[in-house]
Amino acid sequence: MSSLQTPPLSARQAGPERGGQRLVRILLPIVVLAAGVAAWELVVRLNDIPPYVLPGPIAVFGTLISDWPALSQSLLTTLQTTLEGFVAAAIGGVALALLFNQSKWLEYSLFPYAVILQVTPVIAIAPLLLIYLPQQTAVIVCAWIVAFFPVLSNTTLGLNSVDRNLAGLFQLYGASRMQTLAYLKLPSALPFILGGLRIAGGLSLIGAVVAEIAAGSAGAGSGLAYRIAESGYRLDIPKMFAALLLLSAAGIVIYGLLALISHLVLQRWHESALGKEN
Amino acid sequence: MANPAALTEVDAASLAVSLRAVTKVYDSGVAALGPLDLDVRKGEFVSLLGPSGCGKSTALRLIAGLGAPTSGSVGVARRSAEMRGAHGIGFVFQEPTLMPWTSVRENVRLPLKLAHAPTGEANMRVDQALAQVGLAEFSDAYPRELSGGMKMRVSLARALVTDPDILLMDEPFAALDEITRFRLNNDLLALWRNLRKTVIFVTHSVFESVYLSQRVIVMTSRPGRFSAEIRIDAAEPRGEEFRTSADYAGYCREVSTALAPSYSGQPGS
Repeated sequence: MSSLQTPPLSARQAGPERGGQRLVRILLPIVVLAAGVAAWELVVRLNDIPPYVLPGPIAVFGTLISDWPALSQSLLTTLQTTLEGFVAAAIGGVALALLFNQSKWLEYSLFPYAVILQVTPVIAIAPLLLIYLPQQTAVIVCAWIVAFFPVLSNTTLGLNSVDRNLAGLFQLYGASRMQTLAYLKLPSALPFILGGLRIAGGLSLIGAVVAEIAAGSAGAGSGLAYRIAESGYRLDIPKMFAALLLLSAAGIVIYGLLALISHLVLQRWHESALGKEN
Repeated sequence: MANPAALTEVDAASLAVSLRAVTKVYDSGVAALGPLDLDVRKGEFVSLLGPSGCGKSTALRLIAGLGAPTSGSVGVARRSAEMRGAHGIGFVFQEPTLMPWTSVRENVRLPLKLAHAPTGEANMRVDQALAQVGLAEFSDAYPRELSGGMKMRVSLARALVTDPDILLMDEPFAALDEITRFRLNNDLLALWRNLRKTVIFVTHSVFESVYLSQRVIVMTSRPGRFSAEIRIDAAEPRGEEFRTSADYAGYCREVSTALAPSYSGQPGS
């Protein structure tokens, strides 16, 4: 706060100031979270709300621990689906973008369908997929449909953002198509691809959950979303919250991992990953 | 590469580059260049000087084979025996044009890598090129860690690594501060004296063109044509004493006078 009155004279002076701000940025959300959880527990206790209407956080944690064997199994199932959908989306998105980049004809023919897949709500496609595909495949396809588009469009943007002079340089030295792709286009597109993957990570979790809920109402499955649906039918509200908590945590971890990978890959050269002092 | 019909081998053994009635009309219908005739002898240092948009860079790109002329012929002396990874032309762009994702060493190695040169030989030539521009100890740095002048040196090393006969430079020092530019001018002259390359240097600075070249060719714009040619007969090697001499000032005045018509009719000049 003192920096508002007296601007730092040098970068060195700004160092501890920035460190303090960083601590505040980590501490504040934690304080808010703790306050929220405490208020929740307080409201439930003071009003004597029964757990089948609104369980307090302590009850939710209790369920999380007592039902851990079943919930952890479901978590693994959902994570596996998410991972498979994500890998399919990453490979599919990048591969399609590369194909489109090599052939305009292919791009003109197929790109509208990629858009259609993206804009049609996956929750509406999932029941159809479950009819035509084996359940496990259908769930992965759902995750793929939701997640591949940001990878495709970001990679396409990246491949088209190659420095014009560098492209001229490659042409001057007689680079082949493959060399231009491997040494120029892919590295140029890398920051964009990683940005797309970061979005795709969260989306593939959403795709997996949507498909599980659609499949769950058809009577099978064992993922976290299925647990939520099943507990809903049984009015086991604490378990619904516990499963939701796990899903949320999974999403945060996936995003954090992808952001970390992106930072590690780009830290030596890309603006987005450089320290602000440069 | 350029349209094969427009490419003819230069038969006069002493010529490095020969343009004959070269014109360039862009798809938009804008006549950018010509007709131009130009002969550059082997080992000569020639500057193309003119206002922005006069087609200097277009001419340079045509010589490099980046794009074909609309009419006329571009002749470039080729080596009789091409060794692996050797390329007859080195090109230095206005910006350093480095790959930010890899080290200085890998940037300089690029032309050899694209030509599938053997690793051992490539390493040797990369070291040599980096030493020539005085960057030997920065080979593992990334481009963003270097100053503007050092990035330009990397760009120059990359152009030299194939040991080209002809060095094409497109306003390479235009974005640098004056002190850095003077130093790079001196280093470029030293390299040219030692390596005896043919250099075609595009610039819009009268002082730079006079300081560096044996011949200054002044261009007019729309479409780009050669309007004057001035020989700079100064004692070699040139250095700071030439930059401060009366001869230098005289040449600069002469070139400026020749350049003035190119700017007439242009608003704000």
